[in-house]
Amino acid sequence: MSLISSLRPGGRHGVPTSEARDPVGYLVAGLSRLAQSDLLDRVGLRRPAEQAVLTVTRSGFRTVTAASRTFARAGDRVPGARPAPARGSGVFDLTPTEDEQLLVDVVTEYAAEVLRPAAAEANDACAAPEAALRAGLEIRLPILGLPESLGGISEERSAMAGTLVAEALAHGDLGLAVANLAPGSVATALGLWGTDAQQRTYLPAFTGDDVPCAALALTEPRVLLDVLAPATTAVRDGDGYRLDGVKTLVPRGAEAELLVVGASLEGRPTLFLVESSTPGLAVEGDPAMGVRAASLARLTLDGVRVGADAVLGETDGSTYTECVRLSRLAWCALAVGTAQAVLDHVTPYVKERHAFGEPIAHRQSVAFMVADIAIELQAMRLLTYKAAARAAAGEDFSREVSLARTACADRGMRIGLDGVQLLGGHGFVKEHPVERWYRDLRAVAVMEGTVIV
Amino acid sequence: MAINLDDPRKFRPLVGQAHQVAMNMLRPISRKYDRAEHEYPRELDMLAAMIDGLSESGAGEGAGAAGVRREDDDATGATRNGANLASVMSIAEMCWGDVGLLLSMPRQGLGNSAIASVADDEQLERFAGVWAAMAITEPGVGSDSANIRTTATLDGDEYVLNGEKIYVTSGERADHVVVWATLDRDLGRAAIKSFVVPRGTPGMRVDRLEHKLGIRASDTATIIFEDCRVPRANLLGSPDVDTSGGGFAGAMATFDNTRPLVAAMAVGCARAALDLTRQLLADAGVVVDHDRAATLQSAAAARLLRMESDWEGARLLMLQAAWMADNRRPNSLEASMAKAKAGRVGSDITLGCVELAGTIGYSETELLEKWARDSKILDIFEGTQQIQQLIVARRVLGLSSAELR
Repeated sequence: MSLISSLRPGGRHGVPTSEARDPVGYLVAGLSRLAQSDLLDRVGLRRPAEQAVLTVTRSGFRTVTAASRTFARAGDRVPGARPAPARGSGVFDLTPTEDEQLLVDVVTEYAAEVLRPAAAEANDACAAPEAALRAGLEIRLPILGLPESLGGISEERSAMAGTLVAEALAHGDLGLAVANLAPGSVATALGLWGTDAQQRTYLPAFTGDDVPCAALALTEPRVLLDVLAPATTAVRDGDGYRLDGVKTLVPRGAEAELLVVGASLEGRPTLFLVESSTPGLAVEGDPAMGVRAASLARLTLDGVRVGADAVLGETDGSTYTECVRLSRLAWCALAVGTAQAVLDHVTPYVKERHAFGEPIAHRQSVAFMVADIAIELQAMRLLTYKAAARAAAGEDFSREVSLARTACADRGMRIGLDGVQLLGGHGFVKEHPVERWYRDLRAVAVMEGTVIV
Repeated sequence: MAINLDDPRKFRPLVGQAHQVAMNMLRPISRKYDRAEHEYPRELDMLAAMIDGLSESGAGEGAGAAGVRREDDDATGATRNGANLASVMSIAEMCWGDVGLLLSMPRQGLGNSAIASVADDEQLERFAGVWAAMAITEPGVGSDSANIRTTATLDGDEYVLNGEKIYVTSGERADHVVVWATLDRDLGRAAIKSFVVPRGTPGMRVDRLEHKLGIRASDTATIIFEDCRVPRANLLGSPDVDTSGGGFAGAMATFDNTRPLVAAMAVGCARAALDLTRQLLADAGVVVDHDRAATLQSAAAARLLRMESDWEGARLLMLQAAWMADNRRPNSLEASMAKAKAGRVGSDITLGCVELAGTIGYSETELLEKWARDSKILDIFEGTQQIQQLIVARRVLGLSSAELR
């Protein structure tokens, strides 16, 4: 690095490159360097209290993924079993089936009793507690999206059930919901698009007792990300493919044993199954504004070689696009659950909090904010359900999920914002969960392909 | 059953019919009656006759602004897609044609809704086939309809009405008016009753017609009642003054049925604007790509996407409210949610479409500017945006009207 460039302030620390320093700026920058220097400590000038540990902001470890389960190859390279589409009745109806309701009841209880109490600590630790994940396995979350013929629990395409479950989980905590849904998302993808061989090779692990950690990796670290045009490339290499690129915000990426990675193959977005033991894979922690309990990670693929049988689904972009739509649907459901949590939290708060001699809920400026949360939340929910029901019935839902995502990203964020505002200073401190929901709800507009239903 | 929010399959023919009527009968005269305010749209008589014919044949379930009654005859337990859903869907379709003309539809007034919702069997029969306007608002009383000053005094076998009503839709054209009046102002909302007054009753006169921002095809009248005598039997529902609040709640319950209908009007009008703007933008090379994030598309496409999302949300809230009514579930909260969202979204979208279409949108050569004027009333009548928020807030927070005023 040349002297000149090291004197320029821009391009680092969130400073645009157009910024310039004046003489005072150089002086302050020099003092800043000194303050950061070890010299102060060696000569004992810095009080111990100043040594705040900042490691959480970027954990900085970079390891080849340690977990390395061997998935025994089995089956044939023919299309696998597929869940049947749900039968459409043609009747407008907002009532879940009995099975769906049963499932929602169980998951709601789990979210309230296990996820919500663990949420704050999991956020701080950037990791889901073992107990919360184990309980998720006990209620069979990973195989929710799998048809019975593949060892799952669904009779038919489960996008609606998955949506209701994701919503209920997120009401407990969005970050823990994502951590819980990540392995099942890969299982669902295998059920939807896997060949017979892929299903027989990987699914037994998911339907068994020792469920592998698995995750979808589609997003990449760049602005104006077009998820349908990944910069990660797949190039034919002998009998298989070579993958190169960087993926970001991968849930539980460091522990994942099986990854579904998006890459451009001959200019078309394609899904690849990558076992974490494959050479060339590197992982580092990539904590973000929210969704921290999901242990988000950055994944680097440097000449990762996979076999010809690693392609999941079609290579014409259709499978990949459907995966993106289903993940947006999942994020809509997560937004609805989180926004409902906001409403359920602010409602008693504004009735109990007194100002000027009466509950603040008695003021229209406060009450109308709550009303708007309720109205927009219900609109978000109906938009999401409409897309989910169409997905489950095997109908085109590209428009519906796009409209739902627009509402859940925009209005959902607004609900997070208003949730903090309604609690005032209390909303800004970690004593209340609304600041976490605020951070989590921003993810809905950003996340792609992390989880699917 | 299972969750499904697609349009009910059984109403496809009905909606298709309404769409054809809106396109081929209302649109061609839409601008004509926007310009010729207060002129009676003669063309509608034929349309009304057609709708009556459809109703009698049973094919036109809820083809217009017909009243809505909670049916109690269904014991199967299966989910119903009934008259409420049919009504909101067909009204939305007709308002895709023209809101002002829909409001002028003979025999489909809001007063008809009130009669259908609260009348007893004898009254239902006696008022079958009438065209009834609805008179609630007064010069000094808007949203706080419990404070109306028009009085009804029992004198022998007749009620004597005195007062002034404004903003009566179809007040000059309708052959009957449903008037809200109080039996005793000291007893507050419990004493408020509605009365059916036939046109031509001595003591009732149309004072003037308003000149308006939009829905100019629909006449909006001021009606004065001076010692206007109506038969005792024209009081809708029970004459008892129930100070526990049940009576007024019953009258207000009419709104649970009519608010989704107004939401439907906003949904229909907004869709007219969206449909045309989508095509105009496509002609200019701007098309929404639903698989790509809004941030990756042009500002115009991103705006259109947001408007479409808002519109679909409003429409689903409307369908939800109607579906709940069809299945005899209390829907006061959902009805207000639907009207609040549809009312504001209706204005956002129609105004946004004028902006997106630019000079084409603002000029009278297209109907976009008209829809942006027509839509505004839908966030006002049958309860303003603020009243809907008040209702939603009270329900969600569990507060009384004394606590949250």
